[in-house]
Amino acid sequence: MALNITDIKRIAHLARLEINEQEAAATLTKLSGILGLIEQMQAIDTTGITPMSHSQDVVQRLREDVVTETNQREAFQKIAPVLGNGSAKQAVDGGLYLVPQVIE
Amino acid sequence: MINSSLKTLSQMLAKKEISSVEMTQTFLNRIHQFNPTINAYIALDEAKTLAQAKAADARIAAGNAEPLTGIPFAQKDIFCAKGWRTTCGSKMLENFIAPYDAHVISQFDNAGAVNLGKTNMDEFAMGSSNETSYFGGVKNPWNFDRVPGGSSGGSAAAVAARLCAAATGTDTGGSIRQPASLCGFTGLKPTYGLVSRYGMIAFASSLDQAGPMAKSAEDCAMMLNVMAGFDERDSTSLNHPKEDYTRGLAGMSGDKPLKGLKIGLPKEYFADGLDAGVAKVVQDAIVEYRKLGAETVEISLPNTKLSIPVYYVLAPAEASSNLSRYDGVRYGHRAAEYTDLTDMYCKSRAEGFGAEVKRRILIGTYVLSAGYYDAYYLKAQQIRHLIADDFKQAFKECDIIMGPTAPSTAFRAGEKADDPVAMYLQDVYTIATNLAGLPGMSIPAGFDKGLPVGLQLMGNYFDEARMLDVAHAYQQVTDWHLQMPDLKAPEGLK
Repeated sequence: MALNITDIKRIAHLARLEINEQEAAATLTKLSGILGLIEQMQAIDTTGITPMSHSQDVVQRLREDVVTETNQREAFQKIAPVLGNGSAKQAVDGGLYLVPQVIE
Repeated sequence: MINSSLKTLSQMLAKKEISSVEMTQTFLNRIHQFNPTINAYIALDEAKTLAQAKAADARIAAGNAEPLTGIPFAQKDIFCAKGWRTTCGSKMLENFIAPYDAHVISQFDNAGAVNLGKTNMDEFAMGSSNETSYFGGVKNPWNFDRVPGGSSGGSAAAVAARLCAAATGTDTGGSIRQPASLCGFTGLKPTYGLVSRYGMIAFASSLDQAGPMAKSAEDCAMMLNVMAGFDERDSTSLNHPKEDYTRGLAGMSGDKPLKGLKIGLPKEYFADGLDAGVAKVVQDAIVEYRKLGAETVEISLPNTKLSIPVYYVLAPAEASSNLSRYDGVRYGHRAAEYTDLTDMYCKSRAEGFGAEVKRRILIGTYVLSAGYYDAYYLKAQQIRHLIADDFKQAFKECDIIMGPTAPSTAFRAGEKADDPVAMYLQDVYTIATNLAGLPGMSIPAGFDKGLPVGLQLMGNYFDEARMLDVAHAYQQVTDWHLQMPDLKAPEGLK
């Protein structure tokens, strides 16, 4: 299926990637080339073939339902990004992460 | 000393001919001298490195040394190392100081090895030339106009230029083996699940596998002894019994050590698309293998060509999911200005990721989107099954498979940078083993017009020990693996 600019913008939005007109046009050319390569798959009849998601046929391991992780909140929050929008402070407060308000 | 094997370095340390601090300093001096030009390392922390060397010396003095104790290694910047800047070659993680150690890093630490620094790589391991790194390209030590291959391009150049005793890499579609071929050293991608992925920044989780990048098969065997092993923190880590990968090496000298070995030569690997100069070197290596007593048999891996389209559905699909974690909330890059939460995500990601990473996220998002899942993702998984079956059939007729690692020698920087499809074809011979989860290796087999050529070895599941033996046998009768570039010759170096 041939892609167009609207498709590129829609996919970019699904992927949460901001894209401008110029980038979208350049991306369209490159992605069309790659999808052309991918289209080679359609020549193969795969009726009845089991999809392979992993190379080893193993089942997910189970373990006892016990706490194994230690609390490292401080260490992990030390690497939080800068808040932005004019503030140079880290995007954390009282052990929580700060993001723009999502509920009015 | 810089061209010595790990075994020799280990013996030098044990006999106190040199201390780990002195050995480490020798490599640090070389890094100071050559890294400004080659750009193999993107993070150095001499205080940390030398502290490790000092601790190693104490351990050696106390008589608790292991084979790798005190030896300095380079670590690909895809492995989280506590307190080290860990960027994965991306602006997204430019200021990320890892709060914990990857399993691979802990394994080297426990063995008493010294971490020289973190090496450059294609951004999030997406590339075959190291040109997608946010921290700039890496020069191929054999020819500064050429790329070192990728994605483990920094580790590759560090090994080739002898800026480390050996290095680690990761291989999702050829990222250890293709640079090993282009830079002329020995690299091994183990069976999927043999080395834990814990703390290794994820690209395509069903394909990613870490492995050694070193001067010889023997060095790789010693490193794999440290790297391999079950780890419950990786849900796909395999509970395979511990092996000594060096156990068969001693039996590989003498007359016809490979008598009885059947080498499969896939006809698809010697067809159109393979550079004539590379083909010649690979054929010569196979002649050498016959002299060592091995038998060769033509085999077929009929779906070889399809491995590229299959890979460029599955790897981007997994990447688009894995890389969704970079949202600018808890770590990594956050845009300076944004209006609302969605805008913050979109801007942070658009600014933090480079062009190739964005392309792959977009492809992955597209092939997983409603209405296209069956035509792309499911179809690719079905063909993946056919590719794995090709190998299953092939290993009924042979013990090991050989062919070229890459279709050409190192290409010029910029030559393919603007043509993703041409770049993707670099991995035509390496991707299939990732899809099947099989181990693969590249060893130096000679030169074409002054540039190294690699011979690829592909083995059955968990057959690393035999592959290393077979590679070692060749390295007993050839010296391609001991050749190193003359770094004094090119102009512009200090």
